[in-house]
Amino acid sequence: MTVRYIDEFRDRKLAETLSRAIHAEADSGRSYRLMEFCGGHTHAIFRYGILDLLPANVTMVHGPGCPVCVLPIGRLDQAIQLARDHGVMLCTYGDLLRVPGVERATLLKARAGGADVRMVYSSLDALALARAHPDRQVVFFAIGFETTTPATAVALLQAKAERFRNFTVHCNHVLTPAAISGLLASAREAETRGEPGLAVDGFVGPAHVSAVIGSRPFERFAAEHATPVVIAGFEPLDVMQAILMLVRQLNDGRAEVENEYTRVVCRDGNRKAQALMDQVFQLRPSFDWRGLGALPASALGIRDDFADFDAEKRFTLSAPDVADSKACACASILRGVKKPTDCRIFATACTPDTPIGACMVSSEGACAAYYTYGRYRDAAPVAG
Amino acid sequence: MCLAIPARIVAMSGEGMAQVEVGGIVKEVSLALVDDEVTIGDYVIVHVGFALSRLDPEEAEETLQLFAEAGALPAAGGPEPLQ
Amino acid sequence: MDLGRKAFPRALDLKSGRIELGHGAGGRTMTQLIEELFESRFANPFLAQRHDAASFPVTDGRMVVSTDGFVISPLFFPGGDIGSLAVHGTVNDVAMAGARPLYLTCGMILEEGFPLADLARICASMADAAAAAGVCIVAGDTKVVERGKGDGVFITTTGIGIVPDGVAIAADRARPGDAVLLSGTLGDHGVAVLSRREGLSFATDLVSDSAPLHTLVADMVAAVPDIHVLRDATRGGFAAVLNEIARESGVGITVREDAIPVAAAVRGACELLGLDPLYVANEGKLVAFCPASDAERLLAVMQAHPLGRESAIVGTCTDDPHRFVQMQTSFGGNRIIDWIAGEQLPRIC
Ligand code: SF4
Repeated sequence: MTVRYIDEFRDRKLAETLSRAIHAEADSGRSYRLMEFCGGHTHAIFRYGILDLLPANVTMVHGPGCPVCVLPIGRLDQAIQLARDHGVMLCTYGDLLRVPGVERATLLKARAGGADVRMVYSSLDALALARAHPDRQVVFFAIGFETTTPATAVALLQAKAERFRNFTVHCNHVLTPAAISGLLASAREAETRGEPGLAVDGFVGPAHVSAVIGSRPFERFAAEHATPVVIAGFEPLDVMQAILMLVRQLNDGRAEVENEYTRVVCRDGNRKAQALMDQVFQLRPSFDWRGLGALPASALGIRDDFADFDAEKRFTLSAPDVADSKACACASILRGVKKPTDCRIFATACTPDTPIGACMVSSEGACAAYYTYGRYRDAAPVAG
Repeated sequence: MCLAIPARIVAMSGEGMAQVEVGGIVKEVSLALVDDEVTIGDYVIVHVGFALSRLDPEEAEETLQLFAEAGALPAAGGPEPLQ
Repeated sequence: MDLGRKAFPRALDLKSGRIELGHGAGGRTMTQLIEELFESRFANPFLAQRHDAASFPVTDGRMVVSTDGFVISPLFFPGGDIGSLAVHGTVNDVAMAGARPLYLTCGMILEEGFPLADLARICASMADAAAAAGVCIVAGDTKVVERGKGDGVFITTTGIGIVPDGVAIAADRARPGDAVLLSGTLGDHGVAVLSRREGLSFATDLVSDSAPLHTLVADMVAAVPDIHVLRDATRGGFAAVLNEIARESGVGITVREDAIPVAAAVRGACELLGLDPLYVANEGKLVAFCPASDAERLLAVMQAHPLGRESAIVGTCTDDPHRFVQMQTSFGGNRIIDWIAGEQLPRIC
């Protein structure tokens, strides 16, 4: 049985067709260094073995596009504080439960220590828990890019409409275009220091973030930095087609925003979701990103109208300032000037079980994906 | 990032919720983020229990068509000569 | 059972009664629980000996013993419950040595307040599973913990079985060139259980594959006595088995994604929740390694057995000092299959 709109986009024959086209069109006299911003693309690249289908001069740089990876340890620690010290029922997505924070504490360990930590599939499940436990304070620890933010907005609007007294949100929603700009800014800084800046010729743009914000926000960016962007779905054929489109743009000397994922993404995005987000959230002046540092206007906080539902206002939380590890090469990896294997502690001190830098935290971080799926490429020739 | 997959709406369950199906499993999702026109039989992209947007079947076909044609275009001369 | 003994003042209330601390205290209440709930269902000559230790005759061949603890939430899931699981799990562990399982012992830890009706259901399902598998539950133990200190029921079973002469199945016997066979679809158990888990629930017809595999093993061993390795793919899934065997045997393994059967509902659930079927638990699937020249014959007997109908040859062992487990993807690339850290959690990213 095939699963519609999934299986067709994983077809081997079409993969071969696209692979042939990329081989044929990629100019052997130059290199194409393409960054996929999103962890979803990174995942597809390794999960399906896309690198095996690309010519040697087309290389992929794995970007910072995973909200779990970039969450600063200090913020994660607040989730642990809430669960451990404030006795709340802390609800969050499964991705976060195993991420190590201050002194290797995790939400799972906090739960083992008696804290009430619940994994939810949806923000509405957290709201349902608050409804079912009127005697408990329920906090939804919200993470995610623009894709996930509207779901949090809906939960907050419902909580307000129904006058919940025991539901709050700890908001860690961050903005994708700001991250890309931040990356480019840090590249420019590196260049002024005389270090390699950004080793990226084109971007594979976000799939589901773009479903919400549309392709328009990337236009200014492509123009300003003279770098092509192709918005692409997360299925492997989508990624390959986007690579082909980037190769063509670079061959033609174009730097446009193109949309490969037309079945889901349009130029304006999801206006209804944007309006809901706007009602509930406002820009934070600055926000820390693990691996990238403080980026201006890169995250959302909860509007004052919803202050009663803001866990940061309801609870007194300390904000430990945990600096990124000095040994960690994430900043350079995210710019494409280093590979995970260039990091001194890759796969020794820093592993998915004991992540030290942002890129190792979730399975979609560049280092973790490389560790899990990619090591064999360097260690042993592929059989068969 | 942002795991979201196409699923088909198989029933409206009222109060802005719908049942969607993917590979034989059925899950309840919220329609709060999509416009009111979505209906039974439509494919929507589902993320964290919400339909995030409608999937356009015609665009999907066209994209698949593009994949199939990709090989045909440059086949004539192999790699382009250096400009 | 001795019908002449004086009955208890009142029979157990299997409709609305609950476990009390006294049910584990060694007195009359406990005896009543054991007689009315366990012995009546598990009845066999060994249990009827009424000793703390069961005795049974020893036959030729090697004996194997295996023990396993069962904790699962929810206790009842589509296709089984903790009772049938506790029988199948241990029967399978014994069978994976190529042995014929004969006897089980059963330790139960019950939580105060647990409904007797549920316990009766679990015992009945254990009894049915044991009878169907042809094993006797020959000894048991019951303890009760205070409310809040358990999760309803925990069960530990120990199994004893006999390996026929000439069979030497072990985790370190896989050799480069060996074929890797899988007895059916991956992930049915894990996804069936997830479908009923609080906060995740989704509707599916899928049922757990929980089943005793020893008759399948018996057929396989009869046809190909030189099977090198057998493993049931339980926690950690197929991926964990491949990595364990690669490490124990010092070989690399390459599997073909195309060849690995996965049910549509498992695929759907894995897409939705961001899981990988390779890592999802099974309770009725085994992985076999045998010389390539025997592979087709082994496959034929597996497919002829009702629990192995969808068996397939899914890969081969390679000579690889790194002991990597790799998969040739349906898409045409290669990926490594690593262990995973802890249980797979549904994800949004
Ligand atoms: S291996 Fe770890 S420490 Fe090194 S760059 Fe990657 S995440 Fe940072």
